[in-house]
Amino acid sequence: MKFRWQRRHVGELIARILMYFSFVIVAGSLALILWTVLSKGLPALTWDMVSQTPKGGFYLGKEGGILNAIIGSLYMAGGGTLVALLFSLPLALYLETYLGESRWGYWVRLSLDVLWGIPSIVYGAFGFTIMLALGMRASLLGGIIVLSLLELPIMTRAMDEVIRRMPRDLEQAALALGSTKLEVAIRVVIRQMMPGIVSAILLAFGRGIGDAASVLFTAGYTDRIPTSLMSPAASLPLAVFFQLGTPFPEVQQRAYASALILTIIVLVISLGSRWISAQVGKYSVK
Amino acid sequence: MDAHIQVKHLDAFYDHQQALKDINIEIPKKQITVIMGPSGCGKTTLLKTLNRFLELTEGTRISGEVLVDGQDIYERDIDVTEVRKRVGLLAQRPSPLPMSIYENVAYGMNIHRMKKGKHEYKAAVQHYLELAGLWDEVHKRLHDPATGLSLGQQQRLCLARGLAVEPEIILGDEPTSALDPISSQNIEKRLLDLKEQYTTVIVTHTLRQAKRLADYVIFMYLGEVVESGPAQEVFENPKEARTRAYLEGQF
Repeated sequence: MKFRWQRRHVGELIARILMYFSFVIVAGSLALILWTVLSKGLPALTWDMVSQTPKGGFYLGKEGGILNAIIGSLYMAGGGTLVALLFSLPLALYLETYLGESRWGYWVRLSLDVLWGIPSIVYGAFGFTIMLALGMRASLLGGIIVLSLLELPIMTRAMDEVIRRMPRDLEQAALALGSTKLEVAIRVVIRQMMPGIVSAILLAFGRGIGDAASVLFTAGYTDRIPTSLMSPAASLPLAVFFQLGTPFPEVQQRAYASALILTIIVLVISLGSRWISAQVGKYSVK
Repeated sequence: MDAHIQVKHLDAFYDHQQALKDINIEIPKKQITVIMGPSGCGKTTLLKTLNRFLELTEGTRISGEVLVDGQDIYERDIDVTEVRKRVGLLAQRPSPLPMSIYENVAYGMNIHRMKKGKHEYKAAVQHYLELAGLWDEVHKRLHDPATGLSLGQQQRLCLARGLAVEPEIILGDEPTSALDPISSQNIEKRLLDLKEQYTTVIVTHTLRQAKRLADYVIFMYLGEVVESGPAQEVFENPKEARTRAYLEGQF
Protein backbone atom coordinates (compact mmCIF):
# COMPACT_ATOMS: atom_id res chain seq x y z
CA MET A 1 0.00 0.00 0.00
CA LYS A 2 2.99 2.33 0.03
CA PHE A 3 2.86 5.19 -2.43
CA ARG A 4 4.81 4.62 -5.60
CA TRP A 5 4.87 6.89 -8.60
CA GLN A 6 2.82 5.46 -11.43
CA ARG A 7 1.77 6.84 -14.77
CA ARG A 8 -1.68 7.79 -13.53
CA HIS A 9 -0.23 9.72 -10.63
CA VAL A 10 1.94 11.68 -13.03
CA GLY A 11 -1.10 12.35 -15.19
CA GLU A 12 -3.00 13.69 -12.24
CA LEU A 13 -0.09 15.88 -11.20
CA ILE A 14 0.20 17.40 -14.67
CA ALA A 15 -3.54 18.05 -14.83
CA ARG A 16 -3.43 19.71 -11.46
CA ILE A 17 -0.52 21.93 -12.43
CA LEU A 18 -2.37 22.96 -15.61
CA MET A 19 -5.52 23.83 -13.68
CA TYR A 20 -3.53 25.73 -11.11
CA PHE A 21 -1.73 27.61 -13.88
CA SER A 22 -5.02 28.64 -15.53
CA PHE A 23 -6.34 29.75 -12.19
CA VAL A 24 -3.28 31.89 -11.53
CA ILE A 25 -3.52 33.52 -14.95
CA VAL A 26 -7.19 34.35 -14.56
CA ALA A 27 -6.96 35.51 -10.96
CA GLY A 28 -3.75 37.38 -11.74
CA SER A 29 -5.25 39.29 -14.68
CA LEU A 30 -8.25 40.25 -12.61
CA ALA A 31 -6.04 41.41 -9.75
CA LEU A 32 -3.91 43.40 -12.16
CA ILE A 33 -6.90 45.14 -13.70
CA LEU A 34 -8.33 45.97 -10.29
CA TRP A 35 -4.92 47.17 -9.11
CA THR A 36 -4.51 49.47 -12.10
CA VAL A 37 -7.97 50.94 -11.70
CA LEU A 38 -7.59 51.33 -7.95
CA SER A 39 -4.07 52.72 -7.87
CA LYS A 40 -4.66 55.21 -10.65
CA GLY A 41 -8.28 56.00 -9.95
CA LEU A 42 -8.51 56.16 -6.19
CA PRO A 43 -6.45 59.36 -5.81
CA ALA A 44 -8.74 61.14 -8.26
CA LEU A 45 -11.94 59.73 -6.75
CA THR A 46 -13.23 62.71 -4.82
CA TRP A 47 -16.71 63.54 -3.62
CA ASP A 48 -16.88 66.14 -6.36
CA MET A 49 -16.40 63.40 -8.98
CA VAL A 50 -19.61 61.64 -8.04
CA SER A 51 -21.70 64.63 -7.00
CA GLN A 52 -21.11 67.20 -9.73
CA THR A 53 -21.47 67.54 -13.44
CA PRO A 54 -18.46 68.76 -15.47
CA LYS A 55 -17.85 72.48 -15.06
CA GLY A 56 -16.11 74.60 -17.65
CA GLY A 57 -12.54 73.41 -18.06
CA PHE A 58 -13.27 69.97 -16.56
CA TYR A 59 -11.57 68.31 -19.49
CA LEU A 60 -8.53 70.49 -18.91
CA GLY A 61 -8.23 69.36 -15.31
CA LYS A 62 -10.42 71.98 -13.61
CA GLU A 63 -13.31 71.27 -11.22
CA GLY A 64 -16.42 69.25 -11.81
CA GLY A 65 -17.40 65.59 -11.78
CA ILE A 66 -19.04 62.90 -13.85
CA LEU A 67 -22.48 62.76 -12.27
CA ASN A 68 -23.87 63.25 -15.77
CA ALA A 69 -22.29 59.97 -16.91
CA ILE A 70 -23.24 58.07 -13.75
CA ILE A 71 -26.89 59.08 -14.04
CA GLY A 72 -26.88 58.60 -17.81
CA SER A 73 -25.43 55.10 -17.54
CA LEU A 74 -27.85 54.05 -14.81
CA TYR A 75 -30.80 55.38 -16.79
CA MET A 76 -29.71 53.74 -20.01
CA ALA A 77 -28.61 50.37 -18.65
CA GLY A 78 -31.58 50.27 -16.28
CA GLY A 79 -34.06 51.24 -18.99
CA GLY A 80 -32.44 48.96 -21.56
CA THR A 81 -32.51 46.02 -19.15
CA LEU A 82 -36.16 46.65 -18.32
CA VAL A 83 -37.17 46.82 -21.98
CA ALA A 84 -35.08 43.74 -22.78
CA LEU A 85 -36.71 41.87 -19.90
CA LEU A 86 -40.19 42.68 -21.22
CA PHE A 87 -39.32 40.82 -24.39
CA SER A 88 -36.87 38.14 -23.33
CA LEU A 89 -38.85 36.58 -20.51
CA PRO A 90 -41.89 35.84 -22.71
CA LEU A 91 -39.54 34.75 -25.50
CA ALA A 92 -37.60 32.39 -23.22
CA LEU A 93 -40.83 30.91 -21.86
CA TYR A 94 -42.22 30.53 -25.37
CA LEU A 95 -39.02 28.78 -26.45
CA GLU A 96 -39.30 26.30 -23.60
CA THR A 97 -43.04 25.82 -23.33
CA TYR A 98 -44.12 25.75 -26.94
CA LEU A 99 -41.07 25.36 -29.19
CA GLY A 100 -38.97 23.06 -27.01
CA GLU A 101 -36.36 21.15 -28.96
CA SER A 102 -38.23 21.50 -32.26
CA ARG A 103 -36.65 22.71 -35.50
CA TRP A 104 -38.06 26.19 -34.94
CA GLY A 105 -36.60 26.22 -31.46
CA TYR A 106 -33.23 25.31 -32.95
CA TRP A 107 -33.33 28.21 -35.43
CA VAL A 108 -34.48 30.75 -32.89
CA ARG A 109 -31.67 29.73 -30.51
CA LEU A 110 -29.14 29.85 -33.31
CA SER A 111 -30.22 33.36 -34.34
CA LEU A 112 -29.98 34.56 -30.75
CA ASP A 113 -26.48 33.13 -30.47
CA VAL A 114 -25.44 34.91 -33.65
CA LEU A 115 -26.96 38.18 -32.42
CA TRP A 116 -25.05 37.72 -29.17
CA GLY A 117 -21.80 37.61 -31.12
CA ILE A 118 -22.37 40.73 -33.20
CA PRO A 119 -20.07 43.60 -32.15
CA SER A 120 -21.85 46.33 -30.28
CA ILE A 121 -20.72 49.03 -32.73
CA VAL A 122 -22.94 47.31 -35.30
CA TYR A 123 -25.91 47.65 -32.97
CA GLY A 124 -24.95 51.30 -32.60
CA ALA A 125 -24.76 51.85 -36.34
CA PHE A 126 -28.03 49.98 -36.87
CA GLY A 127 -29.75 52.05 -34.22
CA PHE A 128 -28.32 55.22 -35.67
CA THR A 129 -29.58 54.41 -39.18
CA ILE A 130 -33.08 53.80 -37.89
CA MET A 131 -32.99 56.97 -35.81
CA LEU A 132 -31.93 58.94 -38.89
CA ALA A 133 -34.81 57.46 -40.84
CA LEU A 134 -37.23 58.42 -38.07
CA GLY A 135 -35.70 61.85 -37.77
CA MET A 136 -34.67 61.21 -34.16
CA ARG A 137 -31.68 62.90 -32.55
CA ALA A 138 -29.19 61.18 -30.28
CA SER A 139 -31.10 60.76 -27.01
CA LEU A 140 -31.63 58.81 -23.83
CA LEU A 141 -34.47 56.93 -25.55
CA GLY A 142 -32.19 55.98 -28.45
CA GLY A 143 -29.60 54.69 -25.99
CA ILE A 144 -32.17 52.69 -24.07
CA ILE A 145 -33.54 51.08 -27.21
CA VAL A 146 -30.14 50.16 -28.59
CA LEU A 147 -28.99 48.77 -25.24
CA SER A 148 -32.16 46.71 -24.98
CA LEU A 149 -31.43 45.25 -28.44
CA LEU A 150 -27.87 44.53 -27.36
CA GLU A 151 -29.00 42.89 -24.13
CA LEU A 152 -31.92 40.93 -25.55
CA PRO A 153 -30.01 37.94 -27.01
CA ILE A 154 -27.78 37.43 -23.99
CA MET A 155 -30.69 37.74 -21.57
CA THR A 156 -32.96 35.43 -23.54
CA ARG A 157 -30.35 32.74 -24.02
CA ALA A 158 -29.23 32.89 -20.40
CA MET A 159 -32.86 32.50 -19.29
CA ASP A 160 -33.44 29.80 -21.88
CA GLU A 161 -30.53 27.75 -20.53
CA VAL A 162 -31.89 28.18 -17.02
CA ILE A 163 -35.43 27.25 -17.96
CA ARG A 164 -34.26 24.22 -19.91
CA ARG A 165 -32.86 22.86 -16.69
CA MET A 166 -36.35 22.95 -15.22
CA PRO A 167 -37.19 19.54 -13.70
CA ARG A 168 -39.86 17.87 -15.89
CA ASP A 169 -41.53 16.44 -12.79
CA LEU A 170 -42.51 19.90 -11.67
CA GLU A 171 -44.21 20.75 -14.93
CA GLN A 172 -46.03 17.43 -14.87
CA ALA A 173 -47.10 17.94 -11.27
CA ALA A 174 -48.67 21.26 -12.19
CA LEU A 175 -50.26 19.85 -15.37
CA ALA A 176 -51.73 16.97 -13.37
CA LEU A 177 -53.70 19.48 -11.32
CA GLY A 178 -55.30 20.80 -14.49
CA SER A 179 -53.02 23.78 -15.16
CA THR A 180 -52.85 25.30 -18.60
CA LYS A 181 -49.38 25.65 -20.11
CA LEU A 182 -49.49 29.36 -19.39
CA GLU A 183 -50.22 28.75 -15.73
CA VAL A 184 -47.34 26.31 -15.56
CA ALA A 185 -45.04 28.89 -17.15
CA ILE A 186 -46.07 31.83 -15.02
CA ARG A 187 -46.79 30.26 -11.66
CA VAL A 188 -44.33 27.39 -11.61
CA VAL A 189 -41.50 27.82 -14.09
CA ILE A 190 -40.80 31.47 -13.29
CA ARG A 191 -41.00 30.76 -9.59
CA GLN A 192 -38.65 27.81 -9.76
CA MET A 193 -36.22 29.63 -12.03
CA MET A 194 -36.25 33.00 -10.28
CA PRO A 195 -32.62 32.85 -9.11
CA GLY A 196 -31.45 31.99 -12.62
CA ILE A 197 -33.65 34.68 -14.13
CA VAL A 198 -32.14 37.23 -11.76
CA SER A 199 -28.63 36.26 -12.85
CA ALA A 200 -29.63 36.45 -16.51
CA ILE A 201 -30.89 40.00 -15.91
CA LEU A 202 -27.67 40.86 -14.14
CA LEU A 203 -25.54 39.45 -16.94
CA ALA A 204 -27.43 41.55 -19.46
CA PHE A 205 -27.26 44.66 -17.28
CA GLY A 206 -23.51 44.18 -17.01
CA ARG A 207 -23.16 44.03 -20.76
CA GLY A 208 -25.37 47.08 -21.17
CA ILE A 209 -23.73 49.34 -18.65
CA GLY A 210 -20.24 48.46 -19.82
CA ASP A 211 -20.82 49.11 -23.50
CA ALA A 212 -19.47 52.24 -25.15
CA ALA A 213 -19.78 51.68 -28.88
CA SER A 214 -23.52 51.18 -29.12
CA VAL A 215 -24.43 54.37 -27.28
CA LEU A 216 -21.82 56.54 -28.99
CA PHE A 217 -24.09 57.59 -31.85
CA THR A 218 -27.45 56.79 -30.35
CA ALA A 219 -27.29 58.58 -27.01
CA GLY A 220 -24.50 61.00 -27.76
CA TYR A 221 -22.69 62.68 -24.91
CA THR A 222 -23.47 65.71 -22.87
CA ASP A 223 -22.29 67.42 -19.75
CA ARG A 224 -25.84 67.81 -18.49
CA ILE A 225 -27.96 65.28 -16.66
CA PRO A 226 -30.70 64.16 -19.05
CA THR A 227 -34.05 65.72 -18.21
CA SER A 228 -36.23 63.87 -20.69
CA LEU A 229 -36.17 60.76 -22.85
CA MET A 230 -35.45 62.99 -25.83
CA SER A 231 -32.40 64.73 -24.42
CA PRO A 232 -28.94 63.30 -25.09
CA ALA A 233 -27.29 61.32 -22.30
CA ALA A 234 -23.71 60.68 -21.17
CA SER A 235 -22.44 57.27 -20.12
CA LEU A 236 -19.56 56.01 -18.00
CA PRO A 237 -17.71 53.97 -20.65
CA LEU A 238 -17.69 57.00 -22.96
CA ALA A 239 -16.59 59.20 -20.05
CA VAL A 240 -13.62 56.87 -19.58
CA PHE A 241 -12.92 56.96 -23.30
CA PHE A 242 -13.03 60.75 -23.67
CA GLN A 243 -10.99 61.45 -20.54
CA LEU A 244 -8.33 58.89 -21.46
CA GLY A 245 -8.09 60.60 -24.83
CA THR A 246 -6.95 63.92 -23.38
CA PRO A 247 -3.27 64.76 -23.07
CA PHE A 248 -3.61 65.85 -19.43
CA PRO A 249 -2.50 63.39 -16.71
CA GLU A 250 -5.08 64.75 -14.20
CA VAL A 251 -7.87 64.07 -16.64
CA GLN A 252 -6.51 60.63 -17.47
CA GLN A 253 -6.51 59.89 -13.77
CA ARG A 254 -10.16 60.84 -13.66
CA ALA A 255 -10.76 58.27 -16.42
CA TYR A 256 -9.53 55.60 -14.02
CA ALA A 257 -11.70 57.03 -11.28
CA SER A 258 -14.68 56.79 -13.65
CA ALA A 259 -13.78 53.18 -14.41
CA LEU A 260 -13.62 52.55 -10.68
CA ILE A 261 -17.09 54.00 -10.22
CA LEU A 262 -18.40 51.77 -13.01
CA THR A 263 -16.79 48.74 -11.36
CA ILE A 264 -18.32 49.63 -8.01
CA ILE A 265 -21.78 50.02 -9.55
CA VAL A 266 -21.51 46.58 -11.15
CA LEU A 267 -20.25 45.11 -7.87
CA VAL A 268 -23.08 46.61 -5.84
CA ILE A 269 -25.67 45.41 -8.33
CA SER A 270 -24.13 41.91 -8.37
CA LEU A 271 -24.21 41.65 -4.61
CA GLY A 272 -27.73 43.04 -4.48
CA SER A 273 -29.06 40.62 -7.04
CA ARG A 274 -27.34 37.71 -5.33
CA TRP A 275 -29.15 38.65 -2.17
CA ILE A 276 -32.46 38.86 -4.04
CA SER A 277 -31.70 35.47 -5.64
CA ALA A 278 -31.18 33.88 -2.26
CA GLN A 279 -34.47 35.29 -1.00
CA VAL A 280 -36.57 34.20 -3.96
CA GLY A 281 -34.68 30.92 -4.40
CA LYS A 282 -35.66 29.64 -1.00
CA TYR A 283 -38.71 27.86 -2.40
CA SER A 284 -37.02 26.43 -5.49
CA VAL A 285 -36.88 22.68 -5.79
CA LYS A 286 -33.28 21.53 -5.82
CA MET B 1 -70.91 -3.24 -11.61
CA ASP B 2 -71.16 0.53 -11.33
CA ALA B 3 -68.30 1.50 -13.65
CA HIS B 4 -66.76 4.93 -13.27
CA ILE B 5 -64.23 4.53 -16.06
CA GLN B 6 -64.66 2.39 -19.15
CA VAL B 7 -61.81 1.75 -21.55
CA LYS B 8 -62.81 0.46 -24.96
CA HIS B 9 -60.52 -0.92 -27.68
CA LEU B 10 -57.63 1.19 -26.52
CA ASP B 11 -54.32 0.94 -28.38
CA ALA B 12 -51.26 3.04 -27.56
CA PHE B 13 -47.98 3.40 -29.41
CA TYR B 14 -44.60 4.89 -28.63
CA ASP B 15 -43.36 5.76 -32.11
CA HIS B 16 -43.91 2.41 -33.79
CA GLN B 17 -43.86 0.20 -30.77
CA GLN B 18 -47.23 -0.84 -29.50
CA ALA B 19 -47.43 -0.43 -25.73
CA LEU B 20 -51.11 -1.21 -25.22
CA LYS B 21 -53.05 -3.75 -27.24
CA ASP B 22 -56.82 -3.58 -27.44
CA ILE B 23 -57.50 -2.76 -23.80
CA ASN B 24 -61.09 -3.26 -22.63
CA ILE B 25 -61.70 -2.72 -18.95
CA GLU B 26 -64.16 -1.22 -16.53
CA ILE B 27 -63.08 0.46 -13.32
CA PRO B 28 -65.61 0.41 -10.47
CA LYS B 29 -66.76 3.54 -8.68
CA LYS B 30 -65.47 4.33 -5.19
CA GLN B 31 -63.26 1.31 -4.86
CA ILE B 32 -59.53 0.75 -5.15
CA THR B 33 -58.54 -0.81 -8.44
CA VAL B 34 -54.99 -2.10 -8.62
CA ILE B 35 -53.22 -2.53 -11.95
CA MET B 36 -50.45 -5.08 -11.52
CA GLY B 37 -48.01 -6.91 -13.70
CA PRO B 38 -44.29 -7.28 -14.34
CA SER B 39 -42.27 -4.21 -15.33
CA GLY B 40 -42.68 -3.04 -18.88
CA CYS B 41 -46.12 -4.57 -19.24
CA GLY B 42 -47.84 -1.22 -19.88
CA LYS B 43 -49.32 -0.56 -16.42
CA THR B 44 -48.08 3.02 -16.21
CA THR B 45 -48.93 3.65 -19.86
CA LEU B 46 -52.50 2.55 -19.23
CA LEU B 47 -52.68 4.76 -16.14
CA LYS B 48 -51.40 7.74 -18.10
CA THR B 49 -54.14 7.37 -20.68
CA LEU B 50 -56.73 7.94 -17.94
CA ASN B 51 -55.73 11.58 -17.29
CA ARG B 52 -54.43 12.27 -20.80
CA PHE B 53 -50.85 12.34 -19.63
CA LEU B 54 -49.54 10.02 -22.30
CA GLU B 55 -49.76 12.77 -24.91
CA LEU B 56 -47.14 14.77 -22.98
CA THR B 57 -44.55 12.28 -24.18
CA GLU B 58 -43.50 13.03 -27.73
CA GLY B 59 -44.15 10.39 -30.36
CA THR B 60 -47.07 8.72 -28.61
CA ARG B 61 -50.25 7.80 -30.42
CA ILE B 62 -53.48 6.44 -29.10
CA SER B 63 -56.75 5.10 -30.47
CA GLY B 64 -59.89 3.86 -28.81
CA GLU B 65 -62.08 5.32 -26.09
CA VAL B 66 -61.68 6.20 -22.44
CA LEU B 67 -65.07 7.01 -20.92
CA VAL B 68 -65.36 8.77 -17.59
CA ASP B 69 -69.00 8.76 -16.48
CA GLY B 70 -69.84 7.82 -20.03
CA GLN B 71 -68.01 10.77 -21.61
CA ASP B 72 -65.04 10.05 -23.89
CA ILE B 73 -62.15 12.17 -22.58
CA TYR B 74 -60.39 11.97 -25.96
CA GLU B 75 -63.20 13.61 -27.85
CA ARG B 76 -62.27 16.74 -29.71
CA ASP B 77 -64.11 19.40 -27.74
CA ILE B 78 -62.91 18.14 -24.36
CA ASP B 79 -61.01 20.59 -22.13
CA VAL B 80 -57.97 18.64 -21.06
CA THR B 81 -57.47 20.80 -17.97
CA GLU B 82 -60.98 19.82 -16.83
CA VAL B 83 -60.13 16.15 -17.35
CA ARG B 84 -57.02 16.48 -15.22
CA LYS B 85 -58.93 18.37 -12.55
CA ARG B 86 -61.39 15.50 -12.30
CA VAL B 87 -58.74 12.80 -12.50
CA GLY B 88 -55.96 13.49 -9.99
CA LEU B 89 -52.51 11.91 -10.11
CA LEU B 90 -50.16 10.86 -7.35
CA ALA B 91 -46.80 10.44 -9.06
CA GLN B 92 -44.06 7.94 -8.41
CA ARG B 93 -41.77 10.48 -6.83
CA PRO B 94 -43.28 13.29 -4.81
CA SER B 95 -42.72 16.59 -6.57
CA PRO B 96 -43.74 19.58 -4.48
CA LEU B 97 -44.14 22.82 -6.40
CA PRO B 98 -41.54 25.54 -5.72
CA MET B 99 -43.71 27.24 -3.13
CA SER B 100 -44.60 27.06 0.53
CA ILE B 101 -46.55 24.16 1.99
CA TYR B 102 -49.67 26.32 2.13
CA GLU B 103 -49.33 27.52 -1.47
CA ASN B 104 -48.83 23.96 -2.69
CA VAL B 105 -52.26 22.97 -1.43
CA ALA B 106 -53.87 26.26 -2.46
CA TYR B 107 -52.36 26.19 -5.97
CA GLY B 108 -54.99 24.01 -7.64
CA MET B 109 -57.93 25.74 -5.94
CA ASN B 110 -56.38 28.99 -7.02
CA ILE B 111 -56.02 28.25 -10.73
CA HIS B 112 -59.51 26.80 -10.88
CA ARG B 113 -60.89 29.71 -8.83
CA MET B 114 -62.64 27.34 -6.48
CA LYS B 115 -62.61 29.45 -3.35
CA LYS B 116 -63.22 33.05 -2.45
CA GLY B 117 -61.25 35.07 0.06
CA LYS B 118 -58.43 34.18 2.40
CA HIS B 119 -60.74 32.60 4.92
CA GLU B 120 -62.11 29.97 2.60
CA TYR B 121 -58.64 29.14 1.34
CA LYS B 122 -57.26 28.75 4.85
CA ALA B 123 -60.07 26.46 5.89
CA ALA B 124 -59.72 24.38 2.73
CA VAL B 125 -55.95 24.06 3.06
CA GLN B 126 -56.37 22.81 6.62
CA HIS B 127 -59.11 20.41 5.56
CA TYR B 128 -57.07 18.77 2.83
CA LEU B 129 -53.89 18.61 4.89
CA GLU B 130 -55.94 16.83 7.55
CA LEU B 131 -57.36 14.44 4.96
CA ALA B 132 -53.80 13.60 3.90
CA GLY B 133 -52.77 13.17 7.53
CA LEU B 134 -50.19 15.94 7.40
CA TRP B 135 -51.83 18.81 9.27
CA ASP B 136 -50.46 18.01 12.72
CA GLU B 137 -46.92 17.83 11.39
CA VAL B 138 -46.96 21.06 9.40
CA HIS B 139 -49.52 23.46 10.84
CA LYS B 140 -46.84 25.48 12.55
CA ARG B 141 -44.74 25.93 9.43
CA LEU B 142 -47.26 26.33 6.64
CA HIS B 143 -45.22 29.08 5.02
CA ASP B 144 -41.93 27.20 4.92
CA PRO B 145 -40.68 25.79 1.61
CA ALA B 146 -42.35 22.49 0.78
CA THR B 147 -38.97 21.03 -0.15
CA GLY B 148 -37.98 21.10 3.51
CA LEU B 149 -40.35 18.20 4.21
CA SER B 150 -39.24 14.57 4.25
CA LEU B 151 -40.03 12.46 1.18
CA GLY B 152 -42.92 10.75 2.95
CA GLN B 153 -44.37 14.07 4.05
CA GLN B 154 -43.90 15.46 0.55
CA GLN B 155 -45.91 12.60 -0.89
CA ARG B 156 -48.73 13.25 1.57
CA LEU B 157 -48.52 16.93 0.63
CA CYS B 158 -48.90 15.93 -3.03
CA LEU B 159 -51.94 13.89 -2.01
CA ALA B 160 -53.45 16.90 -0.20
CA ARG B 161 -52.67 19.09 -3.20
CA GLY B 162 -54.36 16.63 -5.54
CA LEU B 163 -57.43 16.26 -3.32
CA ALA B 164 -57.79 20.03 -3.05
CA VAL B 165 -59.03 20.37 -6.65
CA GLU B 166 -61.88 18.00 -5.73
CA PRO B 167 -61.22 15.17 -8.19
CA GLU B 168 -63.56 12.20 -8.50
CA ILE B 169 -60.77 9.85 -9.40
CA ILE B 170 -57.29 9.43 -7.92
CA LEU B 171 -54.58 7.74 -9.97
CA GLY B 172 -51.46 6.49 -8.22
CA ASP B 173 -48.38 5.57 -10.24
CA GLU B 174 -46.49 3.37 -7.80
CA PRO B 175 -47.01 6.12 -5.26
CA THR B 176 -44.99 4.47 -2.51
CA SER B 177 -42.04 3.14 -4.48
CA ALA B 178 -39.76 6.07 -3.55
CA LEU B 179 -40.71 5.99 0.12
CA ASP B 180 -39.47 4.20 3.22
CA PRO B 181 -41.67 1.43 4.68
CA ILE B 182 -43.31 3.58 7.36
CA SER B 183 -44.15 6.39 4.93
CA SER B 184 -45.46 3.82 2.45
CA GLN B 185 -47.70 2.36 5.10
CA ASN B 186 -48.96 5.84 5.90
CA ILE B 187 -49.85 6.53 2.25
CA GLU B 188 -51.56 3.16 1.94
CA LYS B 189 -53.61 3.92 5.03
CA ARG B 190 -54.69 7.26 3.56
CA LEU B 191 -55.74 5.62 0.31
CA LEU B 192 -57.80 3.04 2.20
CA ASP B 193 -59.42 5.78 4.30
CA LEU B 194 -60.31 7.76 1.19
CA LYS B 195 -61.64 4.96 -0.95
CA GLU B 196 -65.24 5.48 -0.02
CA GLN B 197 -65.13 9.01 -1.40
CA TYR B 198 -62.96 8.54 -4.48
CA THR B 199 -62.50 6.08 -7.29
CA THR B 200 -58.87 5.06 -6.91
CA VAL B 201 -56.61 3.40 -9.47
CA ILE B 202 -53.16 2.32 -8.30
CA VAL B 203 -50.31 0.89 -10.33
CA THR B 204 -47.99 -1.30 -8.35
CA HIS B 205 -45.37 -3.90 -9.05
CA THR B 206 -45.42 -5.34 -5.57
CA LEU B 207 -47.93 -8.11 -5.21
CA ARG B 208 -48.18 -7.68 -1.47
CA GLN B 209 -49.23 -4.06 -1.84
CA ALA B 210 -51.79 -5.12 -4.42
CA LYS B 211 -53.25 -7.60 -1.97
CA ARG B 212 -53.38 -5.03 0.82
CA LEU B 213 -55.15 -2.38 -1.24
CA ALA B 214 -57.17 -3.93 -3.99
CA ASP B 215 -60.92 -4.28 -4.23
CA TYR B 216 -60.64 -4.87 -7.92
CA VAL B 217 -57.64 -6.10 -9.88
CA ILE B 218 -56.39 -5.70 -13.42
CA PHE B 219 -53.51 -7.97 -14.37
CA MET B 220 -51.46 -6.92 -17.38
CA TYR B 221 -48.79 -8.71 -19.32
CA LEU B 222 -46.92 -7.52 -22.44
CA GLY B 223 -49.31 -4.67 -23.16
CA GLU B 224 -52.47 -6.70 -22.77
CA VAL B 225 -54.98 -7.10 -20.01
CA VAL B 226 -54.85 -10.77 -19.16
CA GLU B 227 -57.46 -10.80 -16.47
CA SER B 228 -59.54 -8.40 -14.44
CA GLY B 229 -62.09 -8.83 -11.72
CA PRO B 230 -62.86 -8.47 -8.02
CA ALA B 231 -59.69 -8.87 -5.96
CA GLN B 232 -60.78 -11.92 -4.08
CA GLU B 233 -61.66 -13.86 -7.22
CA VAL B 234 -58.47 -12.99 -9.05
CA PHE B 235 -56.16 -13.63 -6.13
CA GLU B 236 -57.80 -16.83 -4.95
CA ASN B 237 -59.08 -18.31 -8.11
CA PRO B 238 -57.43 -16.85 -11.22
CA LYS B 239 -58.94 -17.98 -14.50
CA GLU B 240 -55.84 -17.49 -16.62
CA ALA B 241 -52.68 -19.55 -16.40
CA ARG B 242 -50.51 -16.43 -16.78
CA THR B 243 -52.21 -14.76 -13.84
CA ARG B 244 -51.62 -17.84 -11.72
CA ALA B 245 -47.99 -17.91 -12.77
CA TYR B 246 -47.56 -14.24 -11.79
CA LEU B 247 -49.24 -14.75 -8.44
CA GLU B 248 -46.91 -17.65 -7.78
CA GLY B 249 -43.96 -15.39 -8.54
CA GLN B 250 -42.89 -16.80 -11.87
CA PHE B 251 -42.34 -13.53 -13.76
